[in-house]
Amino acid sequence: MTDNLILSGVTRQFGDTTAVDNVSLSVEPGQFVGVIGRSGAGKSTLLRLINRLVEPSSGSVSFQGSEITALKGKALRDWRRGCAMIFQQFNLVDRLDVLTNVLIGRLAEHGFLSSMAAQFTDEERALAIRALDRLDLVPQALQRAGTLSGGQQQRVAIAKALVQQPKIMLADEPIASLDPANATLVMDGLKQINAEDGLTVMVNLHTLDTARAYCDRIIAMRAGRVFFDGTARQLTDDVVRDIYGLQGLAEFNESVTSTAARPTGQFAQPA
Amino acid sequence: MTATADIASGSRPQGTGAIADFEIAFAARRRRMRTSWAIGAILFLIVFAFTSWIGDFFKVTQVSMPDGSREWRWIIPAGIPRLGEFIEKTIPALRWDTLGVDIAEWFWRWQIWMGLLFETILIAFMATVLGVIGGFVLSFPAARNLAPNRWVLLITRRYLEIARTVPELVWALIFVFCFSVGPMAGVLAIGLHATGALGKLYSEVNENIDMRPLEGVKAAGGTWFDQVRYGAVPQVLPNIISYTLLRFEINVRASSIIGYVGAGGLGQEFRVAISFQEYTDLSALFVIIFVTVMVIDYGSEKLRHRVIGLGERTS
Repeated sequence: MTDNLILSGVTRQFGDTTAVDNVSLSVEPGQFVGVIGRSGAGKSTLLRLINRLVEPSSGSVSFQGSEITALKGKALRDWRRGCAMIFQQFNLVDRLDVLTNVLIGRLAEHGFLSSMAAQFTDEERALAIRALDRLDLVPQALQRAGTLSGGQQQRVAIAKALVQQPKIMLADEPIASLDPANATLVMDGLKQINAEDGLTVMVNLHTLDTARAYCDRIIAMRAGRVFFDGTARQLTDDVVRDIYGLQGLAEFNESVTSTAARPTGQFAQPA
Repeated sequence: MTATADIASGSRPQGTGAIADFEIAFAARRRRMRTSWAIGAILFLIVFAFTSWIGDFFKVTQVSMPDGSREWRWIIPAGIPRLGEFIEKTIPALRWDTLGVDIAEWFWRWQIWMGLLFETILIAFMATVLGVIGGFVLSFPAARNLAPNRWVLLITRRYLEIARTVPELVWALIFVFCFSVGPMAGVLAIGLHATGALGKLYSEVNENIDMRPLEGVKAAGGTWFDQVRYGAVPQVLPNIISYTLLRFEINVRASSIIGYVGAGGLGQEFRVAISFQEYTDLSALFVIIFVTVMVIDYGSEKLRHRVIGLGERTS
């Protein structure tokens, strides 16, 4: 019996294309894992296979020894609550206020009637406000989510993920739609949750320097397969060229894809 | 020579080749488009002429002339004067010096008519409520992007289709047979038809929503109902209110005629007036319904514009 999140031989086909091809991974609790790779390499599908927003064609996903791919109904919803996901486009409900958006993270615990009537307990509201406070968003709690900036919306999404009281946090390109300052805020938020709450974080990234700065472990995908799995230091320029298929390019500069506010190389390791 | 100059002078061989290919492809596409337009126009004209012929638009009929003789005439110029004749019959005799008495004479059954008008509006209101409840609940399983599975989609869509394809008058005949003469049959008839019509409109609104909020609810462990309640409903609510008010206007018109088959409201007076050949009553009823519908249309249009935010904009 292990506490790890284990993927073994996970494959997902969409018609003729194989988005994720025979992926096997083992993620220890508390790890901060970055997933990198070209667009269409299968990063997004990989994350969605873990919380079953996408069903695997074959293979198995298990967590703490229990099989995830067999879950149904309430058990499946409990699992989704336990591995919160944040998205590139935030996926908030624009026309609802921030507080209600955060409380959506509690829906898995609700019955039909209390959910339809949007009846949340005082404890749940307190939990939501504390989560918003951690992300400095209490003043915006009663605003419509659609009126916030991108960076604020992504932090609302993180607060929603926190009230799910998850064991794993999945983040699908969380900073791809954000400017550098907001991207840093969001990544720092994820790192802080990882360090303070001991949550496992799996994050898809397309900026290499961000992956290097924040991740304990980097997994690179290419054409649906795991192409590299190691630490940031093991990720050499030659490996990077192979990952992104840049063999033709003599010069390759990481800072071209960077969204960091500071130049690459001087990026401080967050405390 | 610089690259820019090459492009400007068009001297690059691969460039001229590509442009020549484009010219050929463009000419071919234009030819195809013109041919399909010509075929479409001819087909339309044939179908239009055929339906006009089936619809007796070219019919020649025998008409009684003022001197009593019968002559063959084309039906359209022969029939139009009859319209004027009908309107002349329905117009009451109003004289300036006895105007009050004449109007009182015209609306001689006003006490009964006002009672029935009130009933007509109540029928429309209650039918709209029933239609909104039914249409709202069914619009989610009837939307392609939201239906939990193919069978639910198929069954709700067919149900909505049947509900709106059968006209209110036919539903009213059926319900008068079941529940006897009276406003209840009218409420059920208009309510059922409105369920079908609103369910279709609402489901089309549902099909145009952004699906990402629903994915967000699903990823947090929400059920299908949670996804609809939190992800879809907030997005579609303004449109639903707007369509509902529009439907109320339509239902007032429907409930003012439905009494013709005994299902309550002003419609029954039309039947009485026609069977007793009280043509001026017809025009009085028409005036009552016209004013009512105009007032309700105006009010609900103001309300709808406020809901969808047009009122806030200054022109």
